Amino acid sequence: MRGPTGEEKKRHDEQLHARVVHDDPRLDAAALEHDRQLLGRVWKNSRGFIGWLAEVDHKAIGRRFLVTAFLWFALGGILAALMRLQLSRPENTFLGPDLYNQVFTMHGTTMMFLFAVPVVLAMGIYFVPLMIGARTMALPKLLAYSYWMMLFGGIFLYVMFLGNTGPDNGWFSYPPLAGPEFGYGKRADVWAQLITFSEVSSLTTATCLITTILKHRTPGMSLNRMPLFVWAMLIVSFMILFAMPAVMVSSTCLILDRLVSTQFFNHAEGGDALLWQHLFWFFGHPEVYIIFVPALGMMSEVIGTFTRRPVFGYLAMVLSMVSTAFIGFGVWVHHMFATGLPQFGQSFFTAASIMIVIPTAVQIFGWIATIWTARGLRVTTPFLYMASFFFIFIIGGLTGVMLASVPLDRQVHDTYFVVAHFHYVLIGGSTFPLLGAIVYWFPKMTGRLMSERLGKASFWLLFAGFNLTFFPMHLLGLYGMPRRVYTYPAGLGWFNMNLLATIGAGIIFLSLLLYLINVIGSARHGAAAGDNPWEGSTLEWATSSPPPSYNFHPQPTVASREPLWHPELTPPPVIGLDSDHKEVLVTHVLDAEPDHRYPVHGPSLWPLVAALATSLMFIWSIFNPWGTVWGSIPILLALIGWFWPTQGKKKLERGEFGTRLSLREGLW
Amino acid sequence: MPHLQSILHPAGIQAQRISELWWTMFWICTAVWFAVAIAASIAIVRGRRAAAADTSQSTITRNVAIAGGVSLVALFALLFQSVVIGRALDTLRSPDALRIQVTGNQWWWDVQYDHPVPSLRVTTANEIHIPTGRPVVFNLLSTDVIHSLWIPNLQGKIDLIPGRLNELWLQADTAGVYRGQCAEYCGLQHARMALVVVAEPPEQFERWLTANRAPAPPPVSPEQQRGRDIVERGPCAMCHNITGTLAGGRTAPDLTHIATRSTIAAGSVPNLRGYLAGWIADPQSMKPGNRMPPQGLRAEELQAVLAYLETLK
Repeated sequence: MRGPTGEEKKRHDEQLHARVVHDDPRLDAAALEHDRQLLGRVWKNSRGFIGWLAEVDHKAIGRRFLVTAFLWFALGGILAALMRLQLSRPENTFLGPDLYNQVFTMHGTTMMFLFAVPVVLAMGIYFVPLMIGARTMALPKLLAYSYWMMLFGGIFLYVMFLGNTGPDNGWFSYPPLAGPEFGYGKRADVWAQLITFSEVSSLTTATCLITTILKHRTPGMSLNRMPLFVWAMLIVSFMILFAMPAVMVSSTCLILDRLVSTQFFNHAEGGDALLWQHLFWFFGHPEVYIIFVPALGMMSEVIGTFTRRPVFGYLAMVLSMVSTAFIGFGVWVHHMFATGLPQFGQSFFTAASIMIVIPTAVQIFGWIATIWTARGLRVTTPFLYMASFFFIFIIGGLTGVMLASVPLDRQVHDTYFVVAHFHYVLIGGSTFPLLGAIVYWFPKMTGRLMSERLGKASFWLLFAGFNLTFFPMHLLGLYGMPRRVYTYPAGLGWFNMNLLATIGAGIIFLSLLLYLINVIGSARHGAAAGDNPWEGSTLEWATSSPPPSYNFHPQPTVASREPLWHPELTPPPVIGLDSDHKEVLVTHVLDAEPDHRYPVHGPSLWPLVAALATSLMFIWSIFNPWGTVWGSIPILLALIGWFWPTQGKKKLERGEFGTRLSLREGLW
Repeated sequence: MPHLQSILHPAGIQAQRISELWWTMFWICTAVWFAVAIAASIAIVRGRRAAAADTSQSTITRNVAIAGGVSLVALFALLFQSVVIGRALDTLRSPDALRIQVTGNQWWWDVQYDHPVPSLRVTTANEIHIPTGRPVVFNLLSTDVIHSLWIPNLQGKIDLIPGRLNELWLQADTAGVYRGQCAEYCGLQHARMALVVVAEPPEQFERWLTANRAPAPPPVSPEQQRGRDIVERGPCAMCHNITGTLAGGRTAPDLTHIATRSTIAAGSVPNLRGYLAGWIADPQSMKPGNRMPPQGLRAEELQAVLAYLETLK
C-alpha cells in the first residue's frame, strides 16, 4: 500500500472539514445532552454479579487485567522475598532444595507470563481506544475471553503450586530435565499448560489491539499522527503474533513427549535437546522486547507531557521501536552461547545483539533532547519514574552489550551477573516506567490524583532498594556465584553481597507497600483531577475522568499529533453515529478515513463459558491425553453459543460517514 | 581460600584473555554510563528553566546525531574486541594437549584420563588434576540432563548435553586449587554439584597420575579387612567401583583412591572422617535427593567401612 503524499493528506483534511459541518443540529448542546443520555443507557456497564461476569467494556476489562496482573506480581514478589531470605546466608535451611526450585521457577514464570506481558497489555487495553478516540475496543468479547484465560491460567498455576505440584524446571523448562524421563510427576506439564493459557490470552489480546489500532482510529488520526504509546502497542501486538507460535510449538511438543511419548527432544530416539532451546528462545528473546517496547511508549507519553513539547524525532522514535522489534527476532542464540554452537554462527548473533542497542540509544538521546529543550519541565512523580530509566535501564543495557560477547558470556552466563543484568533491564526498563505510567494515568482511571508526597517517597525508596538488591549481584556473578542454586557454601566471599541484596529486597517491599497505600488512599481521598490534570496532548485527556462507558461524545477528530495542544487545528467532531444502539466508526488503515459504521456486541456470558471450557480441556489433557478429544466438545458448544447469529435485529442504514453497515454482523 | 571461584582472578591464559576483555568493556561501558547520566542530569536541570526551549532544532538534531555516531563507534570497538578475543581463545588447540573425559551426572562429575592400555586408564570423580603450562581439553558428555562445566579461574563454561560431544580448552598457568561448579540448572541438587581442579607442576601431576593407575591397596588391619568385606558384599558394590576389589559398580563415583580427594558429595563437604561417616550413615540429610540410598549399617560396621575407605590412597 502506498502512503499518502503531503498534498493528498492536505486534500483529505480539507474534505474532512467539508464533510463534517460545525453547525449541524446534532451538535447543539441540547441534542448532545440527549444523545449522551441515550448513549449512557445503551453502553452502560452491566450491573450485578452476572452483569460483572458478562462485562465487555474495554475499560472494565483493562482495570481487571491490571489488578489481576498486580495480584500475580505480589505473589511473584513474595516468592522472590522467600528466595532472598533463603540466600541471605550460606548453608541456610529456610527453604529446602525441592521448595526452592519450585519457588524460583514460579517466580520467573509468574513474572514473565502472568505479570509483565499481561500488565503492559492491560495498559494498552485501557488506554489505546481512548488515545485513538474510539468508543470501544474491537472484538470486545474476544477481549473478555482473553482476560478469563489469563485469570484461570494463573489460578490453575497457583492451585497446583499449593498442592506441591508447582513447576520446578525453571521458567525455560529445558528438556531432558523437564522431559518424561527426568521431570517427575505433573510439574512440567503444569508449566507447559500454563504457557498454553498465556499464549491464548496474549494472542487474543494482540488480535484485539491490532484490529482496534488499525481500524478504529478516529478520523484524521493517520498512522503518522498516532501517539507513540499506540505505536508501541501496535508493534508489540505484532511481535506477539510472531513470537508466541514458537513457544506454542515447543510447549506442545514437550507435553506430547510427556503425555503420548513422542520423542521430539530425546536424542536417543532421533530427537534433539537443543531443538527446544532454539524454539524457546526464538520466543523468549522477543518476549523481553514485548515487555520492554510498551514501556518505551509510556516513556514518550510522560516525557512529552511534562516537558510540554512533542517528543523529539517522532519518526526516529517510531522507526526505532519497529527496528527493535525486527532485530529482537534475530538474537535468540545469545542465550545459547555455552551450548557449543559453531563460532562463525555465534558471531552473527553477537553482531545482531550489539546492533539492537542502536535503536534504543537513538530513543534515549531523543528523550534527553526533549528534556533538554523542555518548555518548563515539571519534575513530578511520573517523570521521576521515567527519568530513573536513564540511570537504571542503561546499566542493564550496557551489561547486555557485554553478554552479547561470546567469550565474556561464556564466563558470566548463568551466573548472578545475568540475574543482575535482566533485573536492571526488566525492572529498570519496564517496571519503573510502568509504575510511573500508572501514576500518570491514575487520574484518568479514577478521577483523582495520587499523592505526590507519598509518590515521591515510594519512588526514592524503590530506587534505593532496587539498586541495593541488584547491583551487588553483578559482583556475585563475577565472583563465581551461579544462578538457580538453593544454597552456597561459606568461604567463597558471597555472604556479604547476598545479605545486602536481601536487605535491599526488604526496602523494595516497603516501597511497593507505600505505593499500594498511595493507590488505595488516593482512589478514595485523592484530589479531584479534572479532565486533563497534567495538560497532556493526547485524546484520552479530552474526555472526562473517569471516562464514560462510551468514551466520547461527540467523538473527536484530529488534525495534528497533539490535538489538545492545538485546539485551533481541531476539526469538528464525528456525527452520524447512532446513539440508540452500540456502534462504532470503522476507518481506513493508513489515513483513518471514515469507512463504515459497525455494530458492537455484548455484554455476553459466552466468553466466560468458552474460557471455562477451554480451561477444562487444557487441565484435563494434563492428566489424560483423551482430555484433548472429549474436552474439545464443550469448547465447540461454547463457540456455537458465542457465534449464534443475531442477524436481523438491526436494520441496515447509511450514515453520515458510513458507506454500508457490514453484513458480517454478529460474528464477534 | 579467597577467590578460588572467580572470573576476576584468572589462573590461566584463557581466563586471562577473558578478564582483559571484561576490563575493556567495563571501562568503555562505565564511560558511556557516566556520559548519559550526566547528559540526562544536565537536561533535567536545564529543562526546568523556561528558556531551555530556545535551543535551535538543528543544534539538537546535530547533537543527537553525534551521540548516535559515538555510540556506533563504541559498539564497533566492543564487537571488534570481542571477536579478536574469541579468535585468540581458539589458538590454544594443540595436538599434544592432555585429553580428559568429563561426564556429567545428576549431581556429580565422572572424570577419566584415557590411556591406550585400558588397564592404565584412570577414573576418578569430582576432582580433576591437571598439569600447569600444558593445554588441556575436556571431552564433555552427559548421561542424563544438561549440565555445564565452569571453572571461572581457568575458562568460561560449556554445556554437557546428552547426545552431543562438547570440548573445553584451557590451560592453567598458576599452580593452585580452583573450584568449579555446574552452571546449567540440572535439577534438585544443582547447587551441590561442584568440583575441584588441582593444577600442579607437570612432574607432580605425573606422579599423581601414576599413583592413581595402581589398584586399591590391600587392607592391613582386621578392621580394615572387615570394612572391605562389607563394601564388597554389601550394597556399596552395587554402584561404586574400587579397582582391585570385587566392587565394580559403575553408576556412582569411583572410590579407588577416595582418600586422596579433598571433598565428598561433589564438593559439598570436606573429605574428613566425620563428614564421611555422616554421609554414609544418612546421605539424604546432607544432600537430599541424591542417588545414594541410606545404608542401614550398624555402628561398628560403619566404623569398619570408614577405616577401610581411609586406606584408599
